[in-house]
Amino acid sequence: MNNSKRLLRLATGPVVAVAAAFAIGAILIAIAGVDPLVAYQALFLGAFGNKTALAETLIKAAPLTLAGLGIMFAFRTNTFNMGAEGQLYFGALATTVVALAFPGLPRVFLVPVLILAAALGGGLWAAIPAYLKATRGSSEIILTIMLNYVAVLFVGFLLQGPLQAPGTNTPVSPFIPANAQAPIIWGGTRLHASILLAVLVAIGAYVLLWHTPIGLKLRAVGDTPGTAKAVGIPVTRMVVLSMAISGALAGLAGMGEITGVHGRLLSGFSPGYGNTAIAVALVGKLNPVGVVLSGIFFAALRTGADTMQRWVAVPASLSYVLQGMVVLFVLAGEFMRDTTGLAARIKGAFGLGK
Amino acid sequence: MAAPLLLASLGEIYAERSGLLNPGLEGMMLFGAFGGFVVSQQTGSPWLGLLGAIVAAVLIGMIFAYLTVSLHADQVVTGVSLNLVALGLATFSYRLLYGVSTVPAMSAGFSRIKVPFLADIPVLGPVLFQQSFLVYLAYLLVPITAWSLWRTNWGLRLRACGESPLAALAEGVPVRRFRYVAMLLCGVLAGAAGAFLTLDQLNVYVEDITAGRGFIGLAIVIFGRWRPAGAALAALLFGAADALGLTLQVNGVKLSHNLLLMLPYVLTVIALVGMRGRAHIPAALGKPFRTE
Amino acid sequence: MRVQLRNITKRFGARTVNDGIDLEIRPGEVLALLGENGAGKSTAMKILYGLYQPDAGEILLDGAPVRFASPAEAIARGIGMVHQHFMLVPSFTVAENVALGDRSGKGLNLDDVGRRLTELSERFQLHVEPNALVSDLSVGAQQRVEILRVLYRGARVLIFDEPTAVLSPQEVDQFLSILNRLRADGCAIVLITHKLGDVMRVADRIAVLRDGKLVAGDIARAEATPESLARLMVGRDVPQIPAKAEVPLGAEVLQVQDLACTGSDGLPALRGLSFALRAGEILGVAGIDGNGQAELVEVLAGLRNATGSVQLNGKPVLGWSTAQLLAAGVAHIPQDRHRMGLLMGSSLMENLAVTECDKEPLSRFGFLRGSAIRERARRLLTEWAVRPNDENALAESLSGGNQQKVVLARELSRNPAVILAAQPVRGLDISAIQAVHTELLRQRERGAAILLVSTDLDEILTISDRIAVMHQGAIVGFADPKTTEISLIGQMMAGHAVNGGNTHE
Repeated sequence: MNNSKRLLRLATGPVVAVAAAFAIGAILIAIAGVDPLVAYQALFLGAFGNKTALAETLIKAAPLTLAGLGIMFAFRTNTFNMGAEGQLYFGALATTVVALAFPGLPRVFLVPVLILAAALGGGLWAAIPAYLKATRGSSEIILTIMLNYVAVLFVGFLLQGPLQAPGTNTPVSPFIPANAQAPIIWGGTRLHASILLAVLVAIGAYVLLWHTPIGLKLRAVGDTPGTAKAVGIPVTRMVVLSMAISGALAGLAGMGEITGVHGRLLSGFSPGYGNTAIAVALVGKLNPVGVVLSGIFFAALRTGADTMQRWVAVPASLSYVLQGMVVLFVLAGEFMRDTTGLAARIKGAFGLGK
Repeated sequence: MAAPLLLASLGEIYAERSGLLNPGLEGMMLFGAFGGFVVSQQTGSPWLGLLGAIVAAVLIGMIFAYLTVSLHADQVVTGVSLNLVALGLATFSYRLLYGVSTVPAMSAGFSRIKVPFLADIPVLGPVLFQQSFLVYLAYLLVPITAWSLWRTNWGLRLRACGESPLAALAEGVPVRRFRYVAMLLCGVLAGAAGAFLTLDQLNVYVEDITAGRGFIGLAIVIFGRWRPAGAALAALLFGAADALGLTLQVNGVKLSHNLLLMLPYVLTVIALVGMRGRAHIPAALGKPFRTE
Repeated sequence: MRVQLRNITKRFGARTVNDGIDLEIRPGEVLALLGENGAGKSTAMKILYGLYQPDAGEILLDGAPVRFASPAEAIARGIGMVHQHFMLVPSFTVAENVALGDRSGKGLNLDDVGRRLTELSERFQLHVEPNALVSDLSVGAQQRVEILRVLYRGARVLIFDEPTAVLSPQEVDQFLSILNRLRADGCAIVLITHKLGDVMRVADRIAVLRDGKLVAGDIARAEATPESLARLMVGRDVPQIPAKAEVPLGAEVLQVQDLACTGSDGLPALRGLSFALRAGEILGVAGIDGNGQAELVEVLAGLRNATGSVQLNGKPVLGWSTAQLLAAGVAHIPQDRHRMGLLMGSSLMENLAVTECDKEPLSRFGFLRGSAIRERARRLLTEWAVRPNDENALAESLSGGNQQKVVLARELSRNPAVILAAQPVRGLDISAIQAVHTELLRQRERGAAILLVSTDLDEILTISDRIAVMHQGAIVGFADPKTTEISLIGQMMAGHAVNGGNTHE
């Protein structure tokens, strides 16, 4: 698993998929009456063309990568955590509540506390479906999706009630104290420290998965669950652990958005980051390096798409189409070689057997 | 209210009974809703709109079928990805066609059909017998689906595909063809479900108009134990929760509308958790079937 | 109807599974198709049945070439196949299963089907209840359903793939007399098997396949002997495994009392099982598949809950987790190496490390030591002669025999005190089988206590010191492989506690 040759082989699928998706995208752009090359140029420049663009891309890449890494953990034990969005919201909620509750705390204490809160918030929201799956065999897919809606609506409820900033009618919380806000790491832009956290987590994930016994066991559970059980690996514990990690990382992604981008909790602060993170994880082939690259790619799509809409009037939702197609093509390529072990491994995804 | 859920879940029953687990149901409904909206808005006819919805949903369904049946891709991941694509395409096309305007375009909707006499029964009458065509269709389809699955040769073979495709194939059942057909039916019904949303319940199209109903449909199938009658009961239950939330909201009840909107989702969670026992699951559900 | 296969060739990827096969099948005759596991016999017949398409060659029916694109077409021409792993839908009834292949276009009328079935079963003496659920039927009954289904569709050429592999001796007798009746009725029968005993009892002509090629096409039964056939199957004289050394029996290592548990279907799987296992002995557990043997191994390996008592070297261990049992010296060779034995998508290196990865020398301060893992893998792979000798190879790329070697290497390198071997040679070819058996005997000499569960009576008879026969979750009796008669064992397998055998040990 450590040699670069294998990584390259892993990368061919997504690269081809991206190319194919862009090809079809070109057709759609043409239907919209625009020259595809011009549109794609706008897309690229919008994502990477100058300092601001690059910063924006990286800003979006942070939550996508963090949540994507989390989903990677879950998927690696055949647990299909579709609930990153909800876990993200809960992490953000936890962050906001803690930040507002301890305004006087110096930054050096506040930051780890916030991280802990976000991780716990997201982790617990993920642990519920994990526990239910482990003990009752319920489908984690449906559960996590339902909990997404519940989480978003719950936060919305709080923002219209107890958490609402005084003196306003919109669903927003008060601003969190300056101590809690994430530092800007690139002068002149909005880029904040969350992206660094993402990279750190990616490195940590790599080390954990391939250089520790726990990581080996986690991967074993995803590889052949029956064997893992037969050699004494506590499968249930591993599944719950992977889901908890998954939720915790999504929670950190939420924290990043609140402390780094908005400075307060607001309804709808996440433009579907959690759901996109699923695509990020899949296209990244459930590999930390892949997920980071994939996160940047998807972030670039989003950022660039806005520019593309402004410059050449191609609707930004094209990025959704491109996203979906990239994933589909990656999947279509999977059937040839079972590189991540997803294909033919889904049992019990819908509560149908352990 | 339960109608779109029921229609979608009936379609999913066909799919799952043939062995295909289809989380793309949400995307199919969505795309169907969009397709139906566009066609009906352009032509002024709800019937053509229904046709458009069906075609749109079937399109997604056929892509799913190709990927999972012929290419043996994983069904869950494929379905989820198709949801993304459907959402994107629908939103993209909507913007292209209608731009971003303050006054949303309206579709031509189905009018209510009154069943004589029965509709005059107090209270229950209007609720049950003064609905649009699609709702009656949904009711009718329940026994039709049940009959087709259990009382025909065709249905027997379809169920065999979902229980033991290898055995079915060895007995000369063209498993692939059956699964494609099952997805076709799923598409038709999902399209009708989507059409309900844009042609009956509301007459506009908004971005997340399905709001997870497709997934609730999946839960209904499990809850109803893969039988149309069970699905009907479950759909009524969930539909009631859905409607309750909306009604209370409209009538200005003093509870946060957020909490009310949560109702169907929470209910699904409770239902799923409370349900143990996995009898009557099509044994081959979700597993790609490879020959040679 | 006369069936001919001419020059049939079939490739799966790089492997040539059938290479220019010529066969002739005549009515009123039983043709035995012999060969080892993987020799290509099933594949050739599946081509005839339309499940596969040949890459070259042709099929002739009464001299006219035909092509079957699917089993439906073969069935229509009167060819029926009864598979090794029954192709029945467990949740359907007998009648529904039979109705499944009916292409007559009439509506579904299960009563009609039931009536015709009863007629057929009278005619051929194959008794089944049309409305019974297939999952409730015994293995022998399921086989009868399969045969009836094939006859229902008017098959005149019947292909049987390893029909006696899962039958008790009595059921085998019944099956062979069914074959006689079918033959007398004028059917042409192909018997795919590797059991020489069956062949000598019922075949008229014999064809032998080896490594995909036909080595003998038309031997009359009168001219064949088990030895000559075995030599043709394997290509050389079959060496015997080394004779079992006399090993002094050690102390009791494992004591099981009144073990009871429920199976995955909710029904009781073990009912009050008791036995003891001593160091240096191999206790063979015989019995028809599905009588609790799998559950017994699962309980002893910590994979299933049970009541009763299990003592390992005097310590009560019932309820211990698998990890604890493994640490205490229990080794488990699971019956399904693909789903329980190996991590298929992982490298051999990781497979060999996974049980020991928490401790030195494979990990230190919570981190894995790659060099130690690699070195251990290399050592074990060489020691066990695994091919390819590459620690980076993925488990799924190995042949069955080599995969099993990896499982053995992982489990036995710990010098376990107790070895639970469940169907250790299932699906392996002769040389791999011998390697496994030799190793088990070696462990026995080393002083391990071995529980061998197998549906292959020959295997049990060959290497066990003692035999326990299981039926319906309990031990019906014990037997001595050297002295007890096979028919007695067969009766015990069918549930009759017999006076001739010992019921206590």
